[in-house]
Parts: sequence; C-alpha cells; structure tokens
Amino acid sequence: MTIEVLLLSITMAVAAGLVGSFAVMRRMGLAADPMSHVALPGIGLALALHINPLFGAVAMLLFGALVVWALEGKARLGTEALIGVLFSVALALGSMMTSGEELIDALFGGAGVLRWPEICFGLIASGAVIAFIVTQRNRLVVMLVSPDVARTAGIDVRRLDLLYLGAFALTIALGLRFLGVLLMGALIIIPAATAKRLARNLTEMLVLAVSIAVATTLVGTWLAAVFHRQTGPFIVIVAAACFLLSFLRLP
Amino acid sequence: MDNILEVDRLSIRFEKVEVFADLSFQVAKGKSLAVIGPNGVGKTVLFRALIGAIPSEGTIRWTPHVRIGYVPQKLDLDRDVPITGRDFLRARSNSTGGADVEISLMLERVGISRKVSENCIGILSGGQFQRLLVAFALLGNPSVLLLDEPTAGVDGPGQHRLNELVRQLQEKQGLSVLFISHELSVVYEYATNVLCLGSRHAYFGPPRKILTPDLLSQIYGSPINYHVHDH
Repeated sequence: MTIEVLLLSITMAVAAGLVGSFAVMRRMGLAADPMSHVALPGIGLALALHINPLFGAVAMLLFGALVVWALEGKARLGTEALIGVLFSVALALGSMMTSGEELIDALFGGAGVLRWPEICFGLIASGAVIAFIVTQRNRLVVMLVSPDVARTAGIDVRRLDLLYLGAFALTIALGLRFLGVLLMGALIIIPAATAKRLARNLTEMLVLAVSIAVATTLVGTWLAAVFHRQTGPFIVIVAAACFLLSFLRLP
Repeated sequence: MDNILEVDRLSIRFEKVEVFADLSFQVAKGKSLAVIGPNGVGKTVLFRALIGAIPSEGTIRWTPHVRIGYVPQKLDLDRDVPITGRDFLRARSNSTGGADVEISLMLERVGISRKVSENCIGILSGGQFQRLLVAFALLGNPSVLLLDEPTAGVDGPGQHRLNELVRQLQEKQGLSVLFISHELSVVYEYATNVLCLGSRHAYFGPPRKILTPDLLSQIYGSPINYHVHDH
C-alpha cells in the first residue's frame, strides 16, 4: 500500500466517523444503507459512457441526497418507505447496467490501482466533509435536539440539513473504492453506533467514532492484504466486532 | 405603545383541515400574552407558525431585529444520545461567541446543578429538560420568549423560580413573553392579555374580561352562542 492510499483511507475513515456520529444521533442509521445503493447506477452509467466511475457515483449520490432532502421537506408519513423503494430500484437498475467483475468491485470494493484524479478527489472531499462537521457541529447539535429551537436561534435549518446530507453523500463516495456500494454505509454507522454506546458527552462521541473508524479501516485493510481478499468485508467485520465488544463494557 | 408582535387575520390549515382562521391579536413590548384553550385547539401550532416553522395565511409581523427564544413543550429524543446539558448550551453560546462562565451563570439562574448539567439530555426529567430549554433560550439574549407550557412537569419551587425569573427579565430588560398555560391562577397573575382559543371562536383581551366563568365554560364546555371580540 502506497503512502497516498494510506492517507486517503485514514481521511475517509475520519470523515465517516464524524458524519456517522450525527447520522446515528439523528436516527438516520437505516437510511445510510439504501442511500449508498444509489451510487450503483451512477457507476454503471459512467462505465457505459467511458468516464471515471467515481464521478458517476458522486453525481448520483448527490442527487440521492437532494431527493432525501426534498422528501424531508414534505414531512409526510411514509418517507422512509419511499426512500427504501427508490433506492432499491437504484440498486436493481445499477446491477442491470454493470456486469461481472465490475459489479463485484462496485458492490464490495475493489483493490484496483488508484489514479491521481481519484486520490485528489478523495483528499479534497474528505477534507471538506471533516471541515464541515468540525465547524458546524454546534449548529448540528441544536438542529438534532430541536429544529424549531434551531430556527429561532438563527440557524437556517433547511440549508444546514441539505449541507449535511451532501456531506453524507460525499462520504459514501469516498469509501466506494475501499468498501463498495453495499458496505460503505456500515463504516459510517457501526463505529458511530459503537461510540454512542460508550460516550458520555459530545466530544467523547466524536473522538471515539473517529478512532474506531480509523482503527477498523486500518486493521481491516491489513487483514485483507494478508488473506488476499477484498477489503470491504474485512473492515465491516472488524467494525462489527468492536460494536459487539462495546456490549461487554456496558450493561 | 410599540408592539413587538402584530398578528392579523392569521389562518392555518393542514391539508384540508382548518386549525383556526382569522386570528388577530397584538403583543406590546415588555408585556405578556397568555394563550389558553382546551387540548388540541392549536396552541402549539400557533406558536410554531409564529416562529415560521409551519406555513400560514395572513400576516405575522414581528418588530424588526426581534430575537425570539422558543421553549417547546416536549421533545422526542433518544435516551442515550451522548449530548450533555452543557454540550447543548455550549452549542448555543459558541455560535454566538459567549463564554463558559455565562453558561454556568445561566444554569444557576434556572436552577440546574453542575452535576445535572453533565448528564445526557435524554435522561433528564421533564422538568429539568424544560429548565435547560429556558436556559438555552435566554442565552440568545431574546427580546421575546415563547413558552409552551413552561412549567408543565416542573415541581412547585421550580415553577416559582421560572415565573420569577421571567418576571425579573421583563422588569429589567423589557422582555416580552407569550406563554401557553392551563393554570388560570398563573394567567391571572402574569398575563397582560389573554388569547383564548376555542374550537370556533377566539377571544382576546385582558384576563379580567376574558376569564369569566361564562366564557370559560363556553370555551371548555358547551357550544358557543355569542362572540365577544376585544381589540
């Protein structure tokens, strides 16, 4: 593993831990998974058009974030069901458009060589996500406790929500190469869910989620290299092991 | 006298159900308005419309540069969200540049101990959480407070402390207050005007005029036959 790939996987994990912390506190853990599926038709479309699949995935993910945001604005019952249906359709369409090895790589993360455009995008996007969460964490906290209270505190709730969902979508895109469409949701949710069980305040929550995400990414990547297998499943299994261990510490 | 809030012919509907129509009232600077009425008549909905959280027809005119402190009635939070009371207040003061000293002072004013403020907000009792929300609202140095049943779930001494705190702020800083309450004694004591929401008509005026046995039995009980409107 080269130094830039190592750096990229660490920044991806940091972004995942931060974004995931707010995702589990907002109780959108279950939305993470279907939302990551929307990347697949983007990858398929990009491959068909002979452009970098990463950018197809990013475009579709940001579109997916916009759909979730618009549905939230409607505030009607059944949004969750609608998200489930829409994004399952995305998965179905995507798997029709891609085939064979490409599909397996897209679903579970491939080991292929990272090229400079991908590395540059990865570093810039993860830097942006990390900066967003770190600078906006106070506003995000107020919004998650009560959007109404946030509104009267002068926070543009709809805009902040859109930005958060955008950061969420970018974070999924960051992990596609390492974990794939099916498993990236897990790296966002599991370390944060583990941290939520152990943390006693916000700082502990964020620090723990980031540490667990980075540690599981590194250990998972190492195990995958040792066993010559795909990285995604190993990272998720290590993360899940941490989550199970957290039950040992607390009743 | 200057009004901090003027509401004119306000109507709110959800889908096709009308919550209320043609509601008009004013709140003068530094004064209190009590909103009373039976459950389900739309008191909380009115507050949420006033802060712009739900769409409405008619006009809601706040005085320019108004700072609203909103204390909602109850919130739906996970018990295990790792955000402490102090984290929550810090989130407010950090975004406006306040200091930790200010937070400690505010916690003392609303009667929350240091130990309680370090608990996660999900495990606070209803009364403790209510006081925390009041502290949060006051950290924004508001010119008007919207209190949705501020003392529901708060114990006797706590209620007294909150009421007195708000009264002090009114006297010293000219704070205006809108509050929803079911306790007529509190309404009598603290409200300059009362907005009484019924299922068909709303009544607005000073407590002596509005809180008559006749009117109350109409609003809370038997059908409404006549209409007193006071501006």
